[in-house]
Amino acid sequence: MSVSSEEIAQRRENSPLRTMVRSQPFWVTVALAMICVVMSQISNVFFTEDNFFNVTRNFAFIGIIAMGMTAVIITGGIDLSVGSVVGLSGIVTGLVLNAGHSLWAGIAAGLLTALLCGLVNGLLIAYVRLSSFIVTLGMFGIARSLAQVLSENHMIYEFGPDEKLLFALGGGTIYGFANPFILLAVLTVVFMIVFRYTTWGRWVFALGGNEHAAHLTGVPVNRMKLSVYMLSALMAGISAVLLVGWQGAAINAMGTGYELRVIASSVIGGADLMGGAGGAYGAFIGAALIEVIRNSLLLAGVDANWEGTFVGLFIVFAVLLSKFRGMRSG
Amino acid sequence: MRLFELRGISKKFGAIQALTEVDLKIDAGEVLGLMGDNGAGKSTLIKVMAGNFLPSSGEIWLKGERVEFHNPVDARKKGVEVVYQDLALCDNLTAAENVFLGREAHRRIGPFNFIHYAAMFREAARHFAELKSETRPRDFVKQMSGGQRQAVAIARTRLSDPDIVLMDEPTAAISVRQVAEVLDLIRRLRDQNVAVILISHRMPDVFAVCDHVSVMRRGKVVADKPIGQTSPEEVTGLITGAIETA
Repeated sequence: MSVSSEEIAQRRENSPLRTMVRSQPFWVTVALAMICVVMSQISNVFFTEDNFFNVTRNFAFIGIIAMGMTAVIITGGIDLSVGSVVGLSGIVTGLVLNAGHSLWAGIAAGLLTALLCGLVNGLLIAYVRLSSFIVTLGMFGIARSLAQVLSENHMIYEFGPDEKLLFALGGGTIYGFANPFILLAVLTVVFMIVFRYTTWGRWVFALGGNEHAAHLTGVPVNRMKLSVYMLSALMAGISAVLLVGWQGAAINAMGTGYELRVIASSVIGGADLMGGAGGAYGAFIGAALIEVIRNSLLLAGVDANWEGTFVGLFIVFAVLLSKFRGMRSG
Repeated sequence: MRLFELRGISKKFGAIQALTEVDLKIDAGEVLGLMGDNGAGKSTLIKVMAGNFLPSSGEIWLKGERVEFHNPVDARKKGVEVVYQDLALCDNLTAAENVFLGREAHRRIGPFNFIHYAAMFREAARHFAELKSETRPRDFVKQMSGGQRQAVAIARTRLSDPDIVLMDEPTAAISVRQVAEVLDLIRRLRDQNVAVILISHRMPDVFAVCDHVSVMRRGKVVADKPIGQTSPEEVTGLITGAIETA
């Protein structure tokens, strides 16, 4: 009974197909397809180009942030500050452009503001060892408040010499797709590759699997933690710049409630709040599902205020689902 | 020339003297059993050898050279690997990924460095084959038995081709059949000319695989004997203090 190690290297318990069928993103995709089929029967608006354009653009802003959030959740942390960081970054971008600076200066200022928020979060979590829940809850309050202070509670709607460029960036299209959606699609592919095929990506998973083991084997645990919170904030900053461009205005309430939708997207897409599991495609499809449900409620004539109830139910449902899957596999 | 030697290692934590003048030596292809009751100083001694603690005084000699380990990565670079009691594995990663954790194999494509899974699966499979373990590199550690998990943790130490492997209570919480598997793994390491220091509470395991046994009590080594010149009864006496020294 001698087998070559070459042969053992190829052996596996789960075939790729079986792995796929057992994954949460697969079932979320099935659910999404089913909702689309049902909606196309109920509503003659659902499958129109306009509606498709709106839906994809709307979930792009959430999906982009969900990429960073997924990394945070895989390490076993949480970032509650993303919605407020969107507000603060948007206002800073708006103010810099409003003062007559170039688009690049505005984007740089917005993204640097976001990175600074992420840096503060990450340093406190990684090096001072505070709980991510508390630190980012603090930043949730601070960033929103700073946005209100900086904006003096005014809306910013004049963006200086590069105004048209800004509006084109956030509101424009490429091949009929909204720019934010194109960026989300690109980021999804990039993050799929990064999570699977880079050392950074694998270490994100190792941190969530067994942080102590990661430390003992030489993974720079603190630097890794810092990096995921900065990434999460950066994604919020990118989303903020695009939002300002699309809406044509910057208000300090921008991004309110996003943390719930972003976390829901990641979790519905299979990210485990205990750490160690999650993925970029899952975050993408999770964001899509939430938006399609919102859109469907709207088209079905249901009061839009029900949205939160549905998103909340879906988070709980997704966590329940992964708990049951966890029991079955092990 | 000795492969590895501790000379007069002492360690103090404030007023507490955890280790007093500990001497220990081991040669290539030897298995040394390190025994002692809880609080005898075994854990502190491992942590000194693994680079977690600097000793308060005393010297560590490796292949005729005096060395200092400032952290675990440092000790590993110089040829001392540790299999921790909890094995330090990530359940959510595959066997191969665990073996290579922190030292992933890469392949350069253009300006980017990608993880080279094929190489990692191949190498891990080779190490498992050498250990005669049926562990499969692509399987997730979550699904594995205690013996397979040990094989993953031991295969990890083989990556750097170390001189010494420290094993902390590898047979503490596993079934009888898996204990036999782990003892076999230790014999394979020895056959490949690795020096193994086995920290254990289990007398039968120590007598099954070790060439020498050192007994610690109250931070001191009270006996160091070839396994053939002692008995479980004597070692028990040394551990409890019924026999002073031997």
